[in-house]
Amino acid sequence: MTPRFKRLVETDRPAVSLTVDGRAIKALAGDTLMVAMLTHGDALRTSEFASLEPGDGRRAGFCLMSACQDCWVWTADGHRLRACSTPVEEGMAISTSQPEASWASLL
Amino acid sequence: MGKPAVIIIGAGPAGVRAAQTVARAGLRPIVIDEAARAGGQIYRRPPENFTRNHAELYGSEAARAQAIHQDFAALEGQIDYRPETLVWNVADGHVWTAKDGETQAIAYDALIICSGASDRVAPVKGWQAAGCYSLGGAQIALKAQGCAIGHQVIFLGSGPLLYLAAAQYVKAGADVAAVLDTSPFWLRVKAAPKLAECPDLLWQGVKLLADLKRAGVPVLTGVEPVEIHGDPQSGVSGVTVRHKGASKHFAGDAVAMGWHVKPEAQLADLARVPFAFDALTRQWLPQSDAQGRAGNKVYLGGDGAKVAGARSAEVTGELAAMAALADLGLSVNAAVDADRRRWLLSEKARYVRFAQGLAQAFPWPHHMVAAIPDEAIVCRCEAVTAATLRASVQSAHAQEANRAKAFSRVGMGRCQGRYCGHASAEIIAAARAVPLEETGRLRGQAPVKPIPVALKRIDL
Repeated sequence: MTPRFKRLVETDRPAVSLTVDGRAIKALAGDTLMVAMLTHGDALRTSEFASLEPGDGRRAGFCLMSACQDCWVWTADGHRLRACSTPVEEGMAISTSQPEASWASLL
Repeated sequence: MGKPAVIIIGAGPAGVRAAQTVARAGLRPIVIDEAARAGGQIYRRPPENFTRNHAELYGSEAARAQAIHQDFAALEGQIDYRPETLVWNVADGHVWTAKDGETQAIAYDALIICSGASDRVAPVKGWQAAGCYSLGGAQIALKAQGCAIGHQVIFLGSGPLLYLAAAQYVKAGADVAAVLDTSPFWLRVKAAPKLAECPDLLWQGVKLLADLKRAGVPVLTGVEPVEIHGDPQSGVSGVTVRHKGASKHFAGDAVAMGWHVKPEAQLADLARVPFAFDALTRQWLPQSDAQGRAGNKVYLGGDGAKVAGARSAEVTGELAAMAALADLGLSVNAAVDADRRRWLLSEKARYVRFAQGLAQAFPWPHHMVAAIPDEAIVCRCEAVTAATLRASVQSAHAQEANRAKAFSRVGMGRCQGRYCGHASAEIIAAARAVPLEETGRLRGQAPVKPIPVALKRIDL
């Protein structure tokens, strides 16, 4: 699997460590979650409608300007993050599928 | 009585000039922006630890970008700046904001909406695949993050941004597989008199095309998109278009697609601003007078009202603020204001003619959208096909956009119709064989973007 995004410039930044579905990855300080994840993988999540529509499947974001909401990912405790507008932070634990929701995790 | 409360939504070129104008009159406007740093999408800034300078980031528009950033920074202390804050509703004279799990309603005496624009996208069979991005999104990846959206990128759409973004990718060292423009070249020649309103921008366009050709990038005009190939697991693998009667295939792992931008007009809609159909660009637009007055203490500036580009946004943002100040009885020097207003209005008129030229030269490909195959997905959010939308029109008699949305769910997903609304209207109109404007207009709904259920209200 080739990572989706390709870094072209501004690569001289300190490393930031996070995990995606339990796998450790190194991002760069100032990356959005989207860039951190797509320079190591080729998608962010799977469409909820993939099982209903044969042409639908994994998703990797679309607008990068907080408008389309295609880039939702989750923290381990169930908080939803928009990957295109969330900066990476050291020690983040990200899930590409929605953890089972409970009212406690919404409050 | 305290000073009037002026709220400005957006800190792009229009919002910054509006804020400056209001602050100059001695008021302290609240400036609410969803981004972390001011500049809007066009003059979007990378995070603070990035090192490229204005010339590298904004090219020919570097001086304008720098002026916007510096002038906004100089307003510190004179404005109540609220970055990373979403306005999710406007109702009963209040703006509703959300930030960090908290929400509040803020009353205004004048509301200046400079909400900017987002990509206008035509659906193409296969566009739900991972690796398809909006054209503006592709540019943001490079500008704000120093990345390309793929290792071999195909640019598909029409308009000046298609060539600008592709040329920026080439310059940054990305592999651009092709630039595929749905507009035939002769339309540019026809639009030349209007495009000559901004000769430097016209010249830049000519240079961009030359840069692309020099780099050996195939540039095709007058194409008809057939399919974005790929698979649901691994994403995009290429694009097929029809060009001069023949089928042409380009391999690539990413597609940047867009046909100009369109106003983010949902907040104007919630603020009860009237809309009218614009026949040239085939869309409904919020209405105001020439200075941006939209009624009920609401003023519109920038591309959020009518798309005419960043330079125009600076002009219309200032005009909207001047109109608000005048209506609040705060004109400092009527004679000076009148001169300034006259000049701004003449500048605005020039940019509007230029924008009309662009719309004629690079039209929205409505006939291609209307003819999209049944199996193509129209709504990316919920993977709804053109067949389902057409069936809702034919068998459920959903003859109007909001009704078709209720039956088919096209426009009801998480983007709330931002990326399917215009296409959906074209498909409904074609299925009914009626003019586009007879299909109505998708209403804006609060919240204009998804917000958590559990927001804590902090203004009570």
